Amino acid sequence: MTLTPLQTLAIIAAVAAGTQLTRWLPFCLFPENRQPPAVVLYLGRVLPPAMMGLLVVYCLKDVAWTAAPHGLPELLAIAAVALVHVWKGNVLLSIAGGTVLYMVLVQAVFA
Amino acid sequence: MEKTLTLPRRRGRALRAAFPVTIPVLTGFLCLGMAYGVLMQTKGYGPLWSVPASMLIFGGSIQFVAITLLTAAFDPLQAFLLSVLVNARHMFYGLSLLEKYRGIGRMRPFLIFALCDETYSLVSSVEVPEGVEPRRFYFWISLLDYSYWVIGTALGGFLGSLLTFDTTGLDFVLTALFVVLFLEQWKKRENRAAGFAGVACAAAGLALAGPDNMVLAAMALILAALLGLRRRLDRREGETV
Repeated sequence: MTLTPLQTLAIIAAVAAGTQLTRWLPFCLFPENRQPPAVVLYLGRVLPPAMMGLLVVYCLKDVAWTAAPHGLPELLAIAAVALVHVWKGNVLLSIAGGTVLYMVLVQAVFA
Repeated sequence: MEKTLTLPRRRGRALRAAFPVTIPVLTGFLCLGMAYGVLMQTKGYGPLWSVPASMLIFGGSIQFVAITLLTAAFDPLQAFLLSVLVNARHMFYGLSLLEKYRGIGRMRPFLIFALCDETYSLVSSVEVPEGVEPRRFYFWISLLDYSYWVIGTALGGFLGSLLTFDTTGLDFVLTALFVVLFLEQWKKRENRAAGFAGVACAAAGLALAGPDNMVLAAMALILAALLGLRRRLDRREGETV
């Protein structure tokens, strides 16, 4: 724990409030048969893949690419996730397989 | 108690119809909820923290992201904005459920409160079985999915303290989750330009603003890129239809 309990509560409350805002906003903005603007519909369609890309990069933001092992465990495990997923198409298997491989890599291979 | 003469039957029917379609979510949420509970535990936050967090937030990816917020410098405004941005997709789920969630009475606030990717997918794509009240069907899907996540978190939080193996690298479950979801998006050809823009803009945001401030920079770039690509992407969609 790097935060005080009160600071932790504040973070959890902020995350809960932000998340709830995204859930309630459309129901508050469009209470009747109002058609949302075309640009909103467009963003609704294209934002999810872009956000997933952002989140993948966000997870790798603290990787030290210039120092050994140069992000190799991350890259290998991501490749494994992608391969297993393309091969089997099972979300849980891909996630579990990649995570186990990553744990082995950072605990035993590149430790 | 007087109501229990007639209601349980109908409730039971809706529950029996809803449970089977939530089984994949049961598997996934128990697994990821446990991972969340365990991960919180490894960062010094036991089940008394992780379970209420899951009950209040109920958002898979943002809760994992929030772990990094809990272990970084105190910045609630960034936490709030990040939650809005990461969960911006909820707004569009809501837009497409305006009809289904209209006039369903006192369950409505809970359905909106607990709207997540998986519940949205089921509610919007599974046909309500005959003889089952739609609002009860939606309610049970929402409540079941919600409880899987909370129960998974509790299991991870309590059993996590008994785990004796080295959990170093367990954080990667989050990266793997996003890689898989990214690939799921990538399957659709019309998503690829936006997916590529997301990765490129995030990498640019990381290069420009550094690891601690990358998200807002990346979001601004993504929004600019997507609005700039609108003419092309909207037309491309029109062509494939």
